[in-house]
Amino acid sequence: MKPKVAFYWCASCGGCEEAVVDLAEDVLAVVEAVDIAFWPVALDFKRADVEALADGELAASFINGAIRTSEQQEMAELLRRKSGAIVAFGSCACLGGVPGLANLYSRDEILDRVYLEVPSLVNDEGTLPEEDAEVPEGHLTLPAFFDSVRTLDQVVDVDYFLPGCPPPGHLIKAAVMALVDGTLPPVGTVLAPDVALCSECPRAATKPQKPQIKAFKRPHEVVADPDVCLLAQGLICLGPATRAGCGGVCIRANMPCTGCMGPTGRVVDHGAKALSAIASLIDSTDEDGIATRAQEIPDPVGTFYRYSLPASLLHRRVTSAHQ
Amino acid sequence: MSTKIVIDPITRLEGHGKIHIFLDDAGSVDRAFLQIPELRGFEKFVEGRRAEDMPQITSRICGVCPTAHHMAATKALDDLYGVDPPAAAKKIRELIYSTFMVEDHALHFFFLGGPDFVVGPAAPKADRNILGVLGQVGLEVGKEVIGVRKQLRELMGQVAGKPIHPVFGLPGGVSRTLTAEIQDEFRAAAARAVEFGTFALGVFRDVVLSNPEYVELVTSEAYTHRTHYMGLVDAANNVTFYDGKLRVVDPGGHEFLAFDPRDYLQHIAEHVEPWTYMKFCFLKDVGWNGFAEGPDSGIYAVAPLARLNASDGMATPLAQEAHDELISTLGGKPVHHTLANHWARIVELVYAAERMSELAADPEILSPDVRTLPTAPPEEGIGVVEAPRGTLIHHYRTDERGLITSANLIVATQNNAARIAMSVDKAARWLITAGEVDDGLLNQLEMAFRAYDPCYGCATHSLPGQMPLLVQIHDADGEVVRELRRD
Repeated sequence: MKPKVAFYWCASCGGCEEAVVDLAEDVLAVVEAVDIAFWPVALDFKRADVEALADGELAASFINGAIRTSEQQEMAELLRRKSGAIVAFGSCACLGGVPGLANLYSRDEILDRVYLEVPSLVNDEGTLPEEDAEVPEGHLTLPAFFDSVRTLDQVVDVDYFLPGCPPPGHLIKAAVMALVDGTLPPVGTVLAPDVALCSECPRAATKPQKPQIKAFKRPHEVVADPDVCLLAQGLICLGPATRAGCGGVCIRANMPCTGCMGPTGRVVDHGAKALSAIASLIDSTDEDGIATRAQEIPDPVGTFYRYSLPASLLHRRVTSAHQ
Repeated sequence: MSTKIVIDPITRLEGHGKIHIFLDDAGSVDRAFLQIPELRGFEKFVEGRRAEDMPQITSRICGVCPTAHHMAATKALDDLYGVDPPAAAKKIRELIYSTFMVEDHALHFFFLGGPDFVVGPAAPKADRNILGVLGQVGLEVGKEVIGVRKQLRELMGQVAGKPIHPVFGLPGGVSRTLTAEIQDEFRAAAARAVEFGTFALGVFRDVVLSNPEYVELVTSEAYTHRTHYMGLVDAANNVTFYDGKLRVVDPGGHEFLAFDPRDYLQHIAEHVEPWTYMKFCFLKDVGWNGFAEGPDSGIYAVAPLARLNASDGMATPLAQEAHDELISTLGGKPVHHTLANHWARIVELVYAAERMSELAADPEILSPDVRTLPTAPPEEGIGVVEAPRGTLIHHYRTDERGLITSANLIVATQNNAARIAMSVDKAARWLITAGEVDDGLLNQLEMAFRAYDPCYGCATHSLPGQMPLLVQIHDADGEVVRELRRD
C-alpha cells in the first residue's frame, strides 16, 4: 500500500506550495508514489477528513509556514497526532522565516501601523478590526493573533527539517522518495547536506583564507565582480555559516547568500554563528577599527537573523522598538 | 435575520477568506460579507531594515507573485536613490517581468479560475480542478501547460536567482549581465509563449464563447458592476505592466484621472471596516460612499479587465486583435462583467508573451552596462508596477544611512477589495432565494470573487492558505441546522 501523506501551510507566503508545483512533471512521480490524503492547495479533502483518520495513519505530513494564530497551532497539533513523521518544510516552519522579523515589534504596534498610521488611510474614527464585530445584519468574528511568531517545533515535535526559502526542488523530491523507500534517516535530521554553502560555491577558490576585509560594502554600493568571492569584495555573504543544498543560486545571480537554508548541524543560533564567521574575516585588531567595521553593518538583526529570529536564542524583542 | 450561512474557507484562490451570508426570515439574502481573517504586518517589521534588502524581504509577502513585489520594491529604490538604470537594465527587468506575467496568468487560467469554465460551473465538484481541465483539453495539452511554465520559470531563475523570491533587483539596475546563450533560450521560450497564448485564446473561444449558456452567465447582471477602473498605461495609453502613468476611467468609460504614480497619495485612499483585516481602497477624488457602484462611489477595480478598460488598447499586434474581439463581443468599453476577467487575462498573456519576444530579440540586453551606482543620499522612494492581480505600490522613507523609517504598501487585491465584496454580496442576492442553497450555487458564488484572481495573502500582507469548502447553516440560536461539504 502506498504511504499516505499530507501537505499543509501555516504562516507562509505560498512559495513553498509553488515549489512543489514547480517540480512540474516530477509532481506526477510523487503523486504516483504516495497517496495524498490532504493537500488544500490542490485537493478538496477537508479538516474533517483528517480528523477522521486513525492516529498515526499518515506516514508523514509536510508542513510549511510559521505559527502565528491559534488555528495554525490546532492544525499542527492535529497533523502531529495523525502522522508518523512531521517534516518542517521551508525556512518559516524550520526557523520562523522572514515573517519572523515581526518579533521585533508587538502585535499592537503592527495593528496601529497598518490601520491607524500609514499615509493613505482615511480613518478619522480610528476603526480597528475587532475580534467580535457587530454589523446591522448580525455578528462577525475574526481570529486573534499570538503576540509572537513561533517555529513549528516550538509548537509540536518535529521529526525532519527541510530548509530553504523555498526548499530546493531536488531536496523535496529526495525527501519524498526517502519516505516512499523507507530510507529516512534518524529522527531530528535536516534533509540537506550538512556542510557550509561555500563547499558548493562556484567562487570557492577565491574565498579569503585569512582576515582581509578592510571595509564592508552594501550590495547597492558596488558592482560585484561575478567571478570573485563576495566576501573578498567586502559584501556580507552568509555562505560560510549557511547550509549547502541550494547550489548557490543567489550567488550565481551575483548577489550574496542571505542564509535561507539555515545553519549547519550542531549550530544553535544561526545569526550568532554567521556574525562570528563574518567578524573573523575583519582585517583589524584594534578596537576602533573593529568599531568602524561594525558601523558598516547598520541592521545586524535583519542581516544575520533574516530567516531565523524566532528560532534564535533572542526569539523576539522584549520591549517595544520605540522604548 | 433567522439564518446565517458561513462558507469557510473559500477555495481556489491565494489566501484565506470566508463568506458569511445573513438571511432574513423569508430566506432571502440580507447581506453577504467576505471576511479576510489574517494579517502579517510587513509595513511595521520592515522598519529598521536596509532599503536594498526590501526587494527580497517584501517578495515574501507572496510566493505566488514574488516577482511583482521584487520589481515594485526595486523601482522604489531607484526613486529612493534618484538613480536612472541603464537602458539594458530596464529591458532585462521588463523581460523577466513579462516572462513572469505569462506564467502567472497561465497558472490562474488553467489551475485556479479556468476550471469553472473549461470544466463548467455545474460540473461535478471532483472535476472542477486542473485534472478536470486536462480531461477536457487532453493530456498532451496539459503537458504543454506544465512544460511552458517550467521553461519560463527556469529561465527566470537563471537570471533572477530563483523564480520564487528573486534576488537580482538593485537600485539603479540589476545584479548581473546576460549571456548570448541565455538570450537564445529566451527567444525560443518567447516564441513558444506566443504560440501558447494563441492556443489559450482558442481554448477560451471553443469552450466559453461557443457556449451560449456561458456567454449568458458572463454577461448576467449577477456578475456585473459599474465602477471606476484603474491601470498603468504607456504614452499611447496602451496597457503596460512595468512602467507608465496610472489612468482611471469612470463607469462611463471616460478618462477620469491620469497621474504620475508618485502622486498616488493624492488619489488613492484606504478605508477600514471593523469586521475584516482587509483594507478597502477608494478614489480620494470621489470619496468613500459605502459599498456602492456608479460614478458617485470612489470604488474602483484593477487587474486584467480593469487594465483593458483603463487603456486604449494593447501595444502588440496579436494582443490588440484579441483585445478588439473581447471589447466588440461584449459591447464596447468599459466592460463591466466581472467574469470577463478570465478572457482579459488571456489577452494580457498574449501581450506579455509578445513583449517578451520583442525584448528577447533586442541586442541591447547583452550590454555589460546594467548598473547606475547611487550617489545621492536616500530619503523617499515610490515604485509602482502592475502585478498580475492589479496595481501594486511600494512607498518607503529612510534615514540618511538608507534604513527604512516607514513603509506603505498598497497591494493589488486591496484595490479590488471593495468591488469583490460587492460582487460576493450581489451574487448571493441573485443566487439564493428562500434559503435554498446547493453546491452548484455556492460554486457560482465563489466564481464571483475567483474571477478577480484575488490574492488575500498579498492583500493583507498575510498568510496564504487554502482549505476546502464547508458551509454551515445556523439557526437563530447558533445551532447548525444543515451542513454542506465539498467531497
